[in-house]
Amino acid sequence: MTTAFVRRALLGVAALAMAAVVAALALGPRSSDDRGLLTRIASIGGAFELTTHEGRRLASTSLAGRPFVVFFGFTRCPDICPTTLLEMSNHLAALGEMGDRLTTLFVTIDPEHDTAEHLAAYLNSFDPRITGLTGSPAEIAHVARMYRAYYEKVPTSGGYTMNHTATVYLMDRQGNLAGTMSFQEPESTQREKLARLIGG
Amino acid sequence: MRMHLKLTAAILMVAAAAASVPATAADYTVGAIKISTPWTRVTPEASTVAGGFMTITNTGSSPDTLTGGTATISKRLEIHEMAMDSGIMKMRELKPGLVIKPGETVTLKPGSFHVMFMELKEPIKASNRFKGTLVFEKAGSVEIEYAIEPFGTRAPGDGGQRMPGAGAQKKSH
Repeated sequence: MTTAFVRRALLGVAALAMAAVVAALALGPRSSDDRGLLTRIASIGGAFELTTHEGRRLASTSLAGRPFVVFFGFTRCPDICPTTLLEMSNHLAALGEMGDRLTTLFVTIDPEHDTAEHLAAYLNSFDPRITGLTGSPAEIAHVARMYRAYYEKVPTSGGYTMNHTATVYLMDRQGNLAGTMSFQEPESTQREKLARLIGG
Repeated sequence: MRMHLKLTAAILMVAAAAASVPATAADYTVGAIKISTPWTRVTPEASTVAGGFMTITNTGSSPDTLTGGTATISKRLEIHEMAMDSGIMKMRELKPGLVIKPGETVTLKPGSFHVMFMELKEPIKASNRFKGTLVFEKAGSVEIEYAIEPFGTRAPGDGGQRMPGAGAQKKSH
């Protein structure tokens, strides 16, 4: 009951934050005041430390000064995660050298299965500029909380699958939320958002 | 040793022949159930799951339920539904299965209903077309073959999304 309530409350907060961001972004050119407002309302992002698919530790502080993209998923995901990774690969290829100025982070929400080694093999199929991140269950829970990302394991008759937030978070050089992106948006919209994030 | 080489060559020839067969739609009928265009797509390296898609029509006068089946590529098969709900991707197993009403056509496709190949014995590659069975509560069991579409395909025949990033820029390790 309590868990369900907390979940619902978190979802509510996330939905409100997203709505605020969408509304603010829709208001056109953003001044620095707007950005400050967005940050306070959304308060998405923050400090975390995780392990990359290459086995290195990565602290969020090392991301300072570069825009970055974060999304959550898992390798036992049949559709949305490989699709998002594929689209990001296509975007990075299309952006060319501009794409080198962007850090792209794929955080697993299934760390028990998605070890660094497994992520490394999986990510071989995608653009090498994408960094896979895993960690202890506590570290993953922490970073998900920072991003108001929701995930839960769903048992099936012979195994499990997972529900999770599919939002792609666009973070600016200061680590503040600059916007979001969805795999359901047209490719050109997504690419424009990324170009603006990198150029902005 | 020599025997092994011959065997390997034979397997490669069969694989090459299979790869050259175009991914045409095949239709299957069992009882009042008609199945067309079973397909799946190439998976990323080290994948342990994949989705299977097709169109199922119930030409009968009573509902039937797709309850499960098998696939040579995976240890198990389940019937799943994916749906987006306020930015959250939700997956669930359909139990006892996917109901197809009389006269209804249901399309299993990315982002919606799909058969879920669980515990893949190996990732799906362009050349490894595979067979499986589907089990319907009333119509019974039917053997089908899946066409393999390129990575990123959203609908059979769309050719997938181009992926210049993979392959060309593949990491060396």
